[in-house]
Amino acid sequence: MINYALAIGFVAVSLALLMNLWRLATGPTVMDRVLAVDTMVINTIALIILYGIRESTAIYFESALLMAMFGFISTVAYCRFVLRGDVIE
Amino acid sequence: MNIYIEALIAFNIIMGALFIFVGSYGMIKLPELMSRLHGPSKATTLGVGGFLVGSMIHFGATEGRISIQEILITFFLFITAPVTAHFIAKAYMHAELKPENLPKPEGRYGWNTYASVEDVKLASRDQATGSDLQS
Repeated sequence: MINYALAIGFVAVSLALLMNLWRLATGPTVMDRVLAVDTMVINTIALIILYGIRESTAIYFESALLMAMFGFISTVAYCRFVLRGDVIE
Repeated sequence: MNIYIEALIAFNIIMGALFIFVGSYGMIKLPELMSRLHGPSKATTLGVGGFLVGSMIHFGATEGRISIQEILITFFLFITAPVTAHFIAKAYMHAELKPENLPKPEGRYGWNTYASVEDVKLASRDQATGSDLQS
C-alpha cells in the first residue's frame, strides 16, 4: 500500500514542480519569480524525502536539511537585493 | 508490517502530496503576488510536514528507532516559512505598491514600512508630524 501512496506522492510533487516552473517563466514581477524559486526548493526537499522513504534509507535527510537551509538563505538574499541593491552591506 | 501502520503512513504521504499540489496550484491560479503567497506557505509547512511524519512512522516501524532528523527539518521549515513570506511581501510592497494607493491605518502614523528614519525618530519622541501619511 505504501508503494501506491509513494507513486501518488511522486506524481503530485512533480506536477507541482512543473507548475512552479510555469510561474517562474510567466510571472510579471520579480517577486513572483523569487516565490517560484523558493517553492521549487521546497518541492525538491519533498521529493528527496519521498525517495528516502522509498529506498528505506535515512541518508537522504541530511541533503534535505541542507537544501532547506540553502533555500531559505537564497530567498532572503534575493529579497535583500531587491530591497536594498546589496546583499551584505 | 502491520496493515494499520501502513495505512497511517500512506495517509500521511497522500495528505502531504495533496497540500503540496494545492499550494502550487494556488500559486499559478491566483491573480496577484499577495494572494499567491498563501499557497506555498501551506505547502511548506503542512506538505513537507506530512511527508516527514510519514517518514518518522516508517523508520520507527521498520528499524525500530526514533530519528530526530525529520523533526529538525520540520522545525526549521516551521520557523523560516513566515520569515520568507514576510520578506517577499515587504520587497514586493516597496517595489510595486505606492503608499497613496493603500488603505489608511487608523491613528497618527502611516504604514511602518514606508516611514522614513526621521519619522521614526520623531515618533519615539511623540512628536510625529504624520508626514508619511497620505494626504
